[in-house]
Amino acid sequence: MLNNFRPAWWVLRREVRDQFRDWRITIPIMLLTMVFPFIMNYMADEVVGFVAQYGATLISERLIPFFLLIVGFFPISISLVIALESFVGEKERGSIEPLLASPLTDWQLYLGKLVAVMVPPMIGSYLGMGIYLYGAYREFRWTAEPELLALILVLTLVQAFVMVSGAVVISTQATTVRAANLLASFIIIPIAFLIQAESIVMFWGTYQTLWLVVFGLVIIAVLLTRTGISHFNREELLGRDLDILNLRWMWQVFKSQFIGEADSVRSWYKIELKGTLRKLRVPFVLVMGMFIAAGLFGNNLASEYVIPPELIDFSDSESMLGQLDIIAILPANTFLFIWLHNIRAITLGTLLGMFTFGIFGIIALMIPIGLLAYFMVPAVAAGIPAWEYWVGFVAPHGIFEIPAMLLAGATILKIGAGLAAPNTDESIGEGLLRSLADWAKIMVGLILPLLLAAAIMEVKVTLPVAIRLLTK
Amino acid sequence: MIVTQDLSKKFNDFQALDGVNLEVSAGEVLALLGPNGAGKTTTVRILTSILRPSRGWAKVAGYDVVTQDRKVRSNVGLLTEHHGLYNRMPTGEYLDFFGQIYGMGPEERQHRVEKLLNDFNLSDETKRRIGEFSKGMRQKLALARALLHDPPVLLLDEPTSAMDPKSAKLVRDSIKDLRSDKRAVMICTHNLAEAEELADRIAIIRRGKIIANGSPSALKDEMLGLPIFEVRLKENLDGRNPEMPRGIDVIEFGSDWLQYKTDHPKEINPAVLEKLVNQDYKVVSLQEVPRSLEQVYLQAVSGGEEDNHVE
Repeated sequence: MLNNFRPAWWVLRREVRDQFRDWRITIPIMLLTMVFPFIMNYMADEVVGFVAQYGATLISERLIPFFLLIVGFFPISISLVIALESFVGEKERGSIEPLLASPLTDWQLYLGKLVAVMVPPMIGSYLGMGIYLYGAYREFRWTAEPELLALILVLTLVQAFVMVSGAVVISTQATTVRAANLLASFIIIPIAFLIQAESIVMFWGTYQTLWLVVFGLVIIAVLLTRTGISHFNREELLGRDLDILNLRWMWQVFKSQFIGEADSVRSWYKIELKGTLRKLRVPFVLVMGMFIAAGLFGNNLASEYVIPPELIDFSDSESMLGQLDIIAILPANTFLFIWLHNIRAITLGTLLGMFTFGIFGIIALMIPIGLLAYFMVPAVAAGIPAWEYWVGFVAPHGIFEIPAMLLAGATILKIGAGLAAPNTDESIGEGLLRSLADWAKIMVGLILPLLLAAAIMEVKVTLPVAIRLLTK
Repeated sequence: MIVTQDLSKKFNDFQALDGVNLEVSAGEVLALLGPNGAGKTTTVRILTSILRPSRGWAKVAGYDVVTQDRKVRSNVGLLTEHHGLYNRMPTGEYLDFFGQIYGMGPEERQHRVEKLLNDFNLSDETKRRIGEFSKGMRQKLALARALLHDPPVLLLDEPTSAMDPKSAKLVRDSIKDLRSDKRAVMICTHNLAEAEELADRIAIIRRGKIIANGSPSALKDEMLGLPIFEVRLKENLDGRNPEMPRGIDVIEFGSDWLQYKTDHPKEINPAVLEKLVNQDYKVVSLQEVPRSLEQVYLQAVSGGEEDNHVE
């Protein structure tokens, strides 16, 4: 077992040695490690002195650990550059081919490189944090609580892991460092948002939430690693030399997957759509589970965040309903508007799912279920029985809309799963095109007609029923 | 040592290889010739188990390139088109690293590294960084890397591309020294002189298909017809057409020379000389007209183009 890891260790050692020989890597890390903590110490000292004049010591208490997080983050940001250089750079310079022609397995090479690109930035990061902590203690006797310190150390490590595993996925899809740098925006921008969110949480002072962030990041890193391992293989790395967008080929792949062997609409429904539905069985069951979980979650939230009873008053429902057009909740009450709105929501959910392995796409689709379950509680409190709430307000159009939404969720999940655990016989692009063709099949064949029926029912049945129930 | 059967590779909608059949025995050197993009590098990558064939199969050193990929890679030495060296690494450390990943023990590594550096006149450069090397030295080092584990199969992809004549000769001489009864060598190149100098057999690949395969002389006969012999005479012919032995026709002649074709020079050439001398012609020389591999290659490649035009 240990012998299997030995080649990865040789790769790691060579890579780390090589990095320490490269001044373009060592000098920035040294500067960020040795100089930046002193600047942050100076800033912290100034801020503490300034806010103390106004008695706002809480700000300084929250600012000092935040600076610690930033001191740790700056050196690890270099890991992204090193990763792109190590994976795509080697591919571009041709030095990866002798390695690929050696008995090294794909995972040994992947592991060796993955750890190697994290080691120097992590050393720099932890050293920098040590310097900052020492400075903070010397200047204003501040010491980090053990939990906070552990949290920041783990968070820094996990952030580096996410960036590097993301960089590997990008590297497998780019043939030049230039192209990889452009694609790196897909990592840099989310990480920038993440740091902003973390800073808010740190000022808020709820470190428990930051542990949840760590947990979420670990899941993302694992998914990215899974994708990276799947695509960091010899075929993907050297199977193509040019980043050319082959639209003709893309269309052919999409078309062949979409139409398949069908020669009529009838056979398309009978053979192709049926086949695709069969592939969606597992994701569909999972989405059903999430659907129930979202309902329960919304219901729980209702007891935690209670709407004050005085705000729920249906005594003057008629005048309230009369204002609906004015406040534009149901602008024209047309089924076309509702239909297009639902299509847009599913399309956006799919796009969101494509970049998050399906996770945020599913969450976006589950929000309405959570809201329905949430509002059921105050509705019941206002005297509307639960069965009446579901049968009157949801069921007439929900009978079409909910299956459509579940099917959409299943296709989104399938796209995400395809990206996280792709078929090794095809490239990421080909796999994605096939998944999108399957998505389009379900969309055209089932979801669009279901949503159309739901929109008509919502306008023609749900709305009159709801009005009648509210005004009875 | 190398056998391929119907070897094919498709990248999306691009057919890089289409039904390639090759065989290279131990002790044999095969040159795979072809224009850029013909499929040479794809063939090499499949034979090193880097790429998987879309159709057909290949065995290298007795191992299947798909199901026994690690065994294949352990038995192949590859010189890539771009030498792929780490410029910041010292020479000795570089070879030692590759020795490790080929599973060689410390003593074996030290012995092989010393021997190869010595063989390639690089023994004084052990501690020098590779980035400081000339192109020829780098290529020799890359060759040393390919030979480090003493593989029975050697695949050399464009071994002298973009090299100055002196460095190229150095590398060619090194390749000649690699000939061994136990080793099969495949060289991919578009340097025809190099192929003729180094190879026992030549295969020409074009658009993923082998369009010619055989020894240089067999290919010349096949593609260019029978060997041509030229007789130079002391006096001018002045428009006379000398009488030739039965069945031999003069195919071309000038003021003091004439050419004929034969596939039996041992019998025909003395007869031609005798006939000319009997006609009082004074013969200055008789020699075979050199036929270059370039002619064979151009014939093969243009033949394919004409076919395509017809299509």
